[in-house]
Amino acid sequence: MAKVHLTIDGKTVEAEEGAMLLQVARDAGVEIPTLCHNDEVKPYGACRMCMVEVGDGPRKKLVTSCTYPVKDGLSVTTQSERIQRNRKMIAELLLARCYKVPEVREMAEAYGIDVDKPRFQVREDTCILCGLCVRVCDEVVGVHAIGFAGRGPDRVPTPPFKEPSQLCIACGACVYVCPVDAIKMVQTPESRTIKRWQRTLPMKVCKVCGEPFMPEYQIEYFKKRAKNIPDDFFEVCPNCR
Amino acid sequence: MSPEKLDAILDRYDRNPAQLIPILQDVQAEENYLPRETLEAISEKLDVPLVRIYAVATFYKAFSLKPRGKHIIQVCMGTACHVRGGARILDKMMRDLNVGPGETTKDMAFTLETVNCLGACALGPIVVVDGEYHGQMNPPKWDKIYKTLKKAEG
Repeated sequence: MAKVHLTIDGKTVEAEEGAMLLQVARDAGVEIPTLCHNDEVKPYGACRMCMVEVGDGPRKKLVTSCTYPVKDGLSVTTQSERIQRNRKMIAELLLARCYKVPEVREMAEAYGIDVDKPRFQVREDTCILCGLCVRVCDEVVGVHAIGFAGRGPDRVPTPPFKEPSQLCIACGACVYVCPVDAIKMVQTPESRTIKRWQRTLPMKVCKVCGEPFMPEYQIEYFKKRAKNIPDDFFEVCPNCR
Repeated sequence: MSPEKLDAILDRYDRNPAQLIPILQDVQAEENYLPRETLEAISEKLDVPLVRIYAVATFYKAFSLKPRGKHIIQVCMGTACHVRGGARILDKMMRDLNVGPGETTKDMAFTLETVNCLGACALGPIVVVDGEYHGQMNPPKWDKIYKTLKKAEG
């Protein structure tokens, strides 16, 4: 891949052609806030927090840096009144959607919003629709247990037909990746439940230490995906192996 | 939908998962809605995650996951139709059919739907009955259409 040169906030930066602007900026030590970005999944452009300005003078336009491929001679501004104003707007809208979510309130406050006087009518959703759970399940885990349903104000991440998931392996990747902690997991010695997908699976107990370490169905899935695992590999937990 | 019928539809699109929307449209053209079993069969045959099909089917208003009536009646609630009395016609239809928007009569004969604009505002208020556009609708005109439909039903 060819190297290109661009300027970020006046600083010249070298990057691979076609790399996404967000990554290039972060590699260069420039901070850009994000909610829906995760290095493990493809850029998605859902949260709009990573907006920056590209171009010069009156031609400057707002773009989501996470989905913007860099090219030679690009001029980027990551801090400006306009960017700040737009991010604040997004924070206000998220606050209206998820009024009770601490992460969202904190972010709103950081943008100077009075959370006790919301500008828009508030809802008490827990999910900001960043799509990380759906994308991790698709791209990393590969079980495609959840997806989005509906659109506009009715859009929700859900298993098909909004019923308890039949495919979920209760691996907890979605729980881990959620930026607003909207997916809760309950772990007991016998079972693990992902509450949002209404999925409860029995846990495999380690032969050596007797501790539960992984849902049994997840082990089955791993065995199916990685064909060369010895049969007794998952009899013992990673700590005792 | 029978497996043979579904296979015929899938073959029409070379079993290409990228053709999911036209496939669903064809299924709905046959069944008037998208039966769950058919969506599950499509998922299996095209190797597309069921949740993705569900996402598409719930995203577009043109798709219905609920069984719909034999006759589909769409009333335009767009601005132009609204000011020309679309809402009054909807009221009358709701009384005649005894269902609300988005609902189907018990005998599965009629489904009443509202749409937001049909792009023919000059003809407003517009009502579409089984794909046929009826412009400048008014209650007497609707009475006539309703009577004809009911007669055809017996």
